[in-house]
Amino acid sequence: MRTYFDDQLNQLNREMIQMGSMIEQAIERVCDVLRTHDVEAAKAIVRGDSEIDRKERDIEALCLRLILMQQPVASDLRMVSSALKMITDMERIGDQASDIAEIVSMPIEGEIVEKPAHLLTMGESAAQMVHKAVDAYVSRDVLLAQEVIESDDIVDDLFVQVKEEIQEQIRTSDDPGMQLLDTLMIAKYFERIADHAVNIAEWVEYAVSGIYKGEAL
Amino acid sequence: MNDSMLKEKGSVAAEAFHVESSQNVKFRISNMDLHYGTFHALKNINMEVPEQMVTAFIGPSGCGKSTLLKSLNRMNDLIPECKITGEILLDGQNIYDPSTDVNLLRKRVGMVFQKPNPFPMSIYDNIAYGPRTHGIRSRAKLDEIVEKSLTDAALFEEVKDDLNKSAMSISGGQQQRLCIARCLAVEPDVILMDEPTSALDPISTSRIEDLVLDLKKQYTIIIVTHNMQQATRISDITAFFLLGDMIEMAPTANLFANPKDRRTENYITGRFG
Repeated sequence: MRTYFDDQLNQLNREMIQMGSMIEQAIERVCDVLRTHDVEAAKAIVRGDSEIDRKERDIEALCLRLILMQQPVASDLRMVSSALKMITDMERIGDQASDIAEIVSMPIEGEIVEKPAHLLTMGESAAQMVHKAVDAYVSRDVLLAQEVIESDDIVDDLFVQVKEEIQEQIRTSDDPGMQLLDTLMIAKYFERIADHAVNIAEWVEYAVSGIYKGEAL
Repeated sequence: MNDSMLKEKGSVAAEAFHVESSQNVKFRISNMDLHYGTFHALKNINMEVPEQMVTAFIGPSGCGKSTLLKSLNRMNDLIPECKITGEILLDGQNIYDPSTDVNLLRKRVGMVFQKPNPFPMSIYDNIAYGPRTHGIRSRAKLDEIVEKSLTDAALFEEVKDDLNKSAMSISGGQQQRLCIARCLAVEPDVILMDEPTSALDPISTSRIEDLVLDLKKQYTIIIVTHNMQQATRISDITAFFLLGDMIEMAPTANLFANPKDRRTENYITGRFG
């Protein structure tokens, strides 16, 4: 019974896993280029963003087709509608990783100013959150999703720390300001990526339990 | 049907549904059991049906939903081996009490069936039939009832020039609305509908569904349907039945978005049934 429907739901799951791994890779590579200042690698990340955009459109079309053809209810409805909401956040994460890569790929005049000590920690924490949020969807794990939601505070605290470090650098370095402003932008992008990971985790929680931000929808 | 799925118990016990305190209870069913001979068709049913709302009964064929519907105006009295225990209260009065006037009960609790069943007579006489049997003779009064019933059933404009035409000559969708009008003509409190659109095309179906939403302002409606989308479109409350048990009853949006019992989930998502 309902073989074709189950095939379509399995396909949706596979596509979500693929999109999840695409954005995870994008963030990991962004953290790498921040370490290495590899301009070519940074440009490759920017180019790769269109693949993520295409994947979003594919999943969107699949979800709409599922709703039209199968009129899902109960957990099926929650999985499809959550996927539809999640991919918007996933696509934004891709955009922000690409924005960071674009900053890194810009030519720098003068010496490279050292990055604040906690910037990479922030990036890695945000990457972890995205990884766990996608994992929570794949394994239908509400507890893992809740862990992601709670860990947003860690990234927010790191953001405050990075800002203080940048402030200190402005006071002490010879940089006319451009690189430090870019660094602040990068930190803000990481902070936004963590927020999108929280949004994803909230939809995972809804998909599994029917509860969204503490309320039954 | 997959046996293992039928036997599977829900992980969470569904809470009993209670009508909100601001709402009147039209039917209150308590500890009701129904047997057809040795067959136990309904098992310890407890439910409250709210007034002026649409309540949908869903479940696979043979689950007992139509049997319960028919018990609400004692249509099962016609089946000799049918035995009912427990209580069914309509506005607080037990309809199975020996003092109940069954004709009056069926006037208060009307029924519309799966297949339109107009009487082989004119459109006018179909509507006037009930009021006449309840003693109304005045032509002017009957005219008024016929027009009002047909208007309320969203049929008057289509048939007003053909009231003397045979009811058998109009379309299936019109016949079904005629049957609803016939039911309205005796001023019921409750309308029971047993799959009222399953023999109709999508346009006629959507007209009946609109009509149900209009009628609930004045009447309590209970509808048996196999169409899950129909239940989500028109009902306020849904009750799911399986093998004679009422498994879960909840506001329709909740039941279809997040059913509490695994068996409800499996049925509405098409995993069995």
